[in-house]
Amino acid sequence: MRYLLSKVGLLLLTLWAAVTLNFLLPRLMPGSPADAAIAKLAQNGPVSPSTRAAIEAQLGVPTGSAWDQYLQYLNNVVHFDFGVSYTFFPQSVASLVGTALPWTLVLVGFVTIVAFVCGTLLGVLAAWKRGTWLDTLPTVGGTFASAFPYFWTALLLLFFLGYVAGWFPTSGAYGSAATPEFSGPFLLDALYHSILPATTILITSLGGWILGMRSTMINTLGDDYVTFAEANGLRPRTVAIRYAARNAILPNLTSFGLALGGVVGGSLLVERVFSYPGVGYLLYTAVVNQDFPLMQALFLIITISVLLANFIVDILYGILDPRTRR
Amino acid sequence: MSTSTMIVKIPSGHDGPANPFRVITRAVATIWSVPKARIGVALLLLFVILAVFAPLIAPYSATENTFGRSEDMSADHWLGTTAAGQDVLSQIIYGARVSVFVGFTAGLLSTIIAVLIGLSWGYLRGFAAEVINFVVNLFLVIPALPLMIVIAAYLQNGGIGMIVLVVVITGWAWGARVLRSQTQSLRSRDFVTAAVFSGESPARIVFREILPNMTSLIVGSFFGASTAAILAEAGLEFLGLGDSTTVSWGTMLFWAQNSNALLTGQWVLLFAPGLCISLLATSMSLINFGVDGLSNPRLREGSKR
Repeated sequence: MRYLLSKVGLLLLTLWAAVTLNFLLPRLMPGSPADAAIAKLAQNGPVSPSTRAAIEAQLGVPTGSAWDQYLQYLNNVVHFDFGVSYTFFPQSVASLVGTALPWTLVLVGFVTIVAFVCGTLLGVLAAWKRGTWLDTLPTVGGTFASAFPYFWTALLLLFFLGYVAGWFPTSGAYGSAATPEFSGPFLLDALYHSILPATTILITSLGGWILGMRSTMINTLGDDYVTFAEANGLRPRTVAIRYAARNAILPNLTSFGLALGGVVGGSLLVERVFSYPGVGYLLYTAVVNQDFPLMQALFLIITISVLLANFIVDILYGILDPRTRR
Repeated sequence: MSTSTMIVKIPSGHDGPANPFRVITRAVATIWSVPKARIGVALLLLFVILAVFAPLIAPYSATENTFGRSEDMSADHWLGTTAAGQDVLSQIIYGARVSVFVGFTAGLLSTIIAVLIGLSWGYLRGFAAEVINFVVNLFLVIPALPLMIVIAAYLQNGGIGMIVLVVVITGWAWGARVLRSQTQSLRSRDFVTAAVFSGESPARIVFREILPNMTSLIVGSFFGASTAAILAEAGLEFLGLGDSTTVSWGTMLFWAQNSNALLTGQWVLLFAPGLCISLLATSMSLINFGVDGLSNPRLREGSKR
């Protein structure tokens, strides 16, 4: 219980820090959103003082002391009030994020779990069969594949399987005629559209899990209790899975949360390539259009999602390894 | 226990200041003894040569746009030309400069920060260590690419300097954490205790006694940070967040997608820059296989478990 409480406390502190960082970022940077919008207008001709005043009022140029702004900001965040998007005016930022988030959560969440399971199994195999082709192939292949930039893998798959072979749709998360609903045909359509993005993320993230598991597994195989189990004449498979892999998996689990941040980042690029209507594509749209309210809110949501995923992994770790609860 | 056995037990790194040249040659020899790392060193060397001697190797200038547009591969243009009429092969060769530069600079800066913070944090105890712990964990857990994208969006079209800065801001925490845990395990060793009792200052203990024992980890985190920097730089430029007039592999992919190379079927335009990014990043990961062997004999190739 104390373990859980300390983890919850840490989560709250981290959430607060992330929210505050999000508040500070735009204020540490040169220029202001209103200036950026005015600069964009100025490309088409001179901006009159009245237009400037109107823009500043509309974009909410901060008034009051920094402390008042901060309190106001915290209040808005708690109420999911992130203002209005410039690009998709008059839609609110919160509703835009709400539409995009499920796509990314399902895609990244599902692929990450598959990659973790497959990568861990391959890593166990590689460490157990060290020196054979079962080791060399996944290790070298994994190293090479994890050096692929996410967007490059995405572009190649898109080109060869999407354009040249024509097996998969080239953009979007569902057919242009379909409307999102919970029905069999729509879910199948969405699944079909998600195959290429999912494969991209799988290919690129798999290598990290294989290498991580292989190296912890090799360390575990050198431990005395493994030698003891072998000396007792247990079957090799029992020693590998029940003795070594079971203990080697724990340190690998801690890197799960950290790796997740990387996968989320990679998925942003993948979504850009496939025009997949998730958080990443929305962030890209916001950045291109200098839509700062949308951009800030998306960054906050992405960070909070990763923090929560880490929290869940931490709790899971505490359940699996009683030593951490002390 | 007699004094003489005490001295024997102290690791060899302690007897006199280590000769930096000997340390480096020995490290290179250890890395070179691993076949995978040997491939990595050769690849990296190839890219460094391409970057340094780009004007001599490239058939044309990277920005010369007087050739036919979107041409296929030919004897004159081995990899064809871009939609703006530039020679793709020359752009690839010149592009090595940006990636190698960003990789080494950002990797080096991240590693310096990681060493400073990781070592002092590992040696400190009490409240200060808790505060640093929190900050480092925060930077580790915040997804790096979105943070980079946001910062880069505020610092409009900052060019390579901005990209290095952004990559360093988000890239130092991992190395700091690895170095910290190693510092913590080293600080309870006998040779550190001996140094404390002989009255050495904390700074000297950290940087003269502990630091030399972590050479392999530091080299490892340098190559790790460089790999991350190269991938991040390419990602940011692919999104159009760098200076899109720079000739680099990231901007080549940016222009390839924006000029619809996918539709015109010029797959080389996509394939070549991405392959170079991957090979450069792989070369550093491969070198790290040899570096792993420095710190952990179990990971050395050919040794039986």
